[in-house]
Amino acid sequence: MSDIATLISAALLLIGALFALVAAIGLLRLPDLYTRMHAASKAGTMGSCLMLVALAINAPDVGTMSRALAGVVFFLLTTPVSAHLLAKAAYSVGYRLHSSSVMDDMAPSDDKQ
Amino acid sequence: MISVAAIFEASVTLALAILSLSFLVTIYRIVKGPTLPDRILGLDMLVAIAIGYIAVFGIKTGYTLYVDVAIALGLVGFLATVAFARFVLSRGKTEDDIRTEARDAAAKARREGKTKSSIETISGAGGQSVAGSKVGKGSHE
Repeated sequence: MSDIATLISAALLLIGALFALVAAIGLLRLPDLYTRMHAASKAGTMGSCLMLVALAINAPDVGTMSRALAGVVFFLLTTPVSAHLLAKAAYSVGYRLHSSSVMDDMAPSDDKQ
Repeated sequence: MISVAAIFEASVTLALAILSLSFLVTIYRIVKGPTLPDRILGLDMLVAIAIGYIAVFGIKTGYTLYVDVAIALGLVGFLATVAFARFVLSRGKTEDDIRTEARDAAAKARREGKTKSSIETISGAGGQSVAGSKVGKGSHE
């Protein structure tokens, strides 16, 4: 049982680290702010949350486990909010989408202002 | 048959290596990032990777106090991103706007300098001051 928990935690660690790497590569390769945000705030959150879950599985006592899971919940709650705020601020200030973007749902409301 | 402990050790080391690589890639984006929001996004990503580091270290050393540090770091990263977003909003202009403003200001200064030097030529200050002002302009640009 303990062996299985250790193996699951090792697998979650590796998957989480790979998610973080995918997010970093997306941050490097994607063309504009909004697509980079799509990589960083989804894959990056997934990566660190998986690693915190691995810590929770591997934890020696209930206190550590619950704190790690509380960290996961907190991170899942805050990241979308901060990414949305940053995207809203950048769009309303006037950072444009990359020329290869096919759709801009906020454009009409932008014209109205 | 490889022992479970060996697999675990190997995966912890590999996770640390992958995290270091993604950390470096993110730092490259922060240094290069053409606009301010790109850099803010990179900082947000750095916080996420640092939380991953803390989780791996907590597993590796069994030092569970690190979990509290991870939660506090997540809070600080969230607040920093929100504050930076407010700053982007209150600055109200993009890097392109700033560049255009600087170019307009430079063109205006050049125009004023040109009229001033032509006035000097007319009033008989000589060609030397015109040449001097031209050199000064070039170094200013």
